[in-house]
Amino acid sequence: MSTPALKLEGLNKSFGPAHIINDVNLTIEQGERHAIIGPNGAGKSTLFNLISGLYTPTSGTVSLNGEVVSGMPAHEINRRGLSRSFQVSNIFTNMTVRENVRCGVLHSMGQGYAFWKNIGSNKPVQQKTAEILEQCGLIDKANVPASLLPYADQRSLEIAITIAGGADVILLDEPTAGMSNTETDRAIALIEKATVGKTLVIVEHDMNVVFGLADRISVLVYGEIIATGKPSEIRGDPRVIEAYLGDEADHLAAEGEPA
Amino acid sequence: MSDATTTYDLAPSTGAKFRQRTLPILIFAAILLAIPMVGPSRTMYTLMHQMGINIVFALSYNMILGKGGLLSFGHAVYFGLGGYLCMHALNWIEDGVGLWGSFPVFFLPIVGFVGGAAAAAIIGWPSCRRAGTTFAMISLGIAELVYAGSYMFDSLFGGEQGVSGDRMNGPEMFGLSLGPISDVYWFIAFWTVVGIALMYGFTRTPLGKLSEAQRDNSQRVQFIGYNPQTVRYFVFVFAGGFAGVAGGMAAVNYEIFTPINLSLAPSGFVLIMAYVGGITYFVGPIFGAILLTYMQSMMSDFTEAWLLYLGVLFIAIVMFAPRGIAGIVFGIWHGVTGPNPSAYLAKLMMQLGGILLMLLGLIVLVEVSVRWSNGYGHVYEPFGIHLGHTDVLTWIIVLVASVAGVALTRYANRPEEASQ
Repeated sequence: MSTPALKLEGLNKSFGPAHIINDVNLTIEQGERHAIIGPNGAGKSTLFNLISGLYTPTSGTVSLNGEVVSGMPAHEINRRGLSRSFQVSNIFTNMTVRENVRCGVLHSMGQGYAFWKNIGSNKPVQQKTAEILEQCGLIDKANVPASLLPYADQRSLEIAITIAGGADVILLDEPTAGMSNTETDRAIALIEKATVGKTLVIVEHDMNVVFGLADRISVLVYGEIIATGKPSEIRGDPRVIEAYLGDEADHLAAEGEPA
Repeated sequence: MSDATTTYDLAPSTGAKFRQRTLPILIFAAILLAIPMVGPSRTMYTLMHQMGINIVFALSYNMILGKGGLLSFGHAVYFGLGGYLCMHALNWIEDGVGLWGSFPVFFLPIVGFVGGAAAAAIIGWPSCRRAGTTFAMISLGIAELVYAGSYMFDSLFGGEQGVSGDRMNGPEMFGLSLGPISDVYWFIAFWTVVGIALMYGFTRTPLGKLSEAQRDNSQRVQFIGYNPQTVRYFVFVFAGGFAGVAGGMAAVNYEIFTPINLSLAPSGFVLIMAYVGGITYFVGPIFGAILLTYMQSMMSDFTEAWLLYLGVLFIAIVMFAPRGIAGIVFGIWHGVTGPNPSAYLAKLMMQLGGILLMLLGLIVLVEVSVRWSNGYGHVYEPFGIHLGHTDVLTWIIVLVASVAGVALTRYANRPEEASQ
């Protein structure tokens, strides 16, 4: 078996007396599409913040491709091939769409904090930026200021920046939140296309999206993972139904059974 | 993403880049070349030199404020320390200390850059760890610290008299002895253009773009693989360096630096210059530097209340035109070249009329009050009209002009009718 893309071991996070993440153990294989679901306040975003380096774990470790990355600053983890998106659009508002994506491309194209190079005349950077824009369906809006984009396009831009650096582990935090059905379908198609051959960890509320996209699902309740398994296993797991899915699970289980 | 690698040309064309970026700098340089042909007076030269110094200083400040999102209350520290180093260098050149004897005074702003950047590299190390209010407070503390310190270390700062020198030493460059004021003009013009060109170039580099990214969203910068603290630090060092260039220009121009040059007063003035000019535009601080330098040296001849007008201007810009003079200029340009220029011009004229009326009311109020308050019995008599503080006419003008001005501006800015 190859090295897992992500491995969380005995992960804990407390803020003062509040234990947000409780002894989380999770292994995500290379190329896996893994969904994390759970009720509001279960700690899904906190878990993402721990993995991506925004928070430091109280105890336990996070390993990325076999290397322990917990405790590293976020930009170091990003350079090692992990990229994330945010639940609320977290873009560079005063720049154009093209400049946003170009910023995301920079580091992977070997650009450091250089002050002696002209960014505009760097062909590989321009080319890569154009490819990402094309892929995310933003090429027509390349020169629009990011703050003027419609909501759904801002979400696409959020994904575009996330994948621009060519990371092989992608964390998406509710990429379809607040989208209409058609917009959700388009976003999912984009996510599937953009993460081919990559490891994807996704937090999502839309159960249709989760069960359609994920290879495996983990259910997080009160900071603990109560179940991990294939979508079919999760559907039938009584603990999951009790703790979280409720009516929605009945509905999904009923849908799945006759097949 | 599968099919042939289509080449997109999303960036502006070479022609557009030349028109928008290179050409303005070339035109500016051509104007500077032409100015001496009209034979400016000594006063004009003095004023232009101050403008050139302030242009570089204000642009360097905008590297951190406008492009970096860092509000500093102590930018004159780097201007002053760079300038002081240049004053000492000027004396080393005169005394022929070491290799300094062969260093041309013309290139002193390079020394200023080194001095300003070195100071920023030391001071910025702790202060750039944080952005926002913390950064602003630290910058204020450091400005006070350095200013207070400058009176304690006499051999470095020369106490209240400061450090003075003589620019007519060392090898001559380009046949300029730097003695006559017209020689100094070429020195100032050269470094103003070089400063503008280099600082503009900086905005086109990866670091310059990361600076803007860090300003917009410091958190996201971490997740594209960069440390926002490092970005801030490098930008801060460059801003300090260019402030030092302005300091070097000032050192050669005035041949003296005193602790006042690194006090809070010039730190505040550079903030006002950049902000009034427009911090969201690269050219903004240039406009601001030209206008405010002019006001500083010329308006004090007309009225002793000029600082009050400066304050009103600053507040008015902050409240009503946060994009500054550059924003107003580009706004007018867009309006005139827009779909309905005549309607736009009509509105503009009305706004302008309203502003002039308000200004009239303000000027009469201020000038009459200042004379009254001084108690020397002077009376404000514009165009021979007697306006004392007891005259009814005075207060009629103040009231009518102010009220009419406000009404006219509000009318001009009324919301558009629903039917366009």
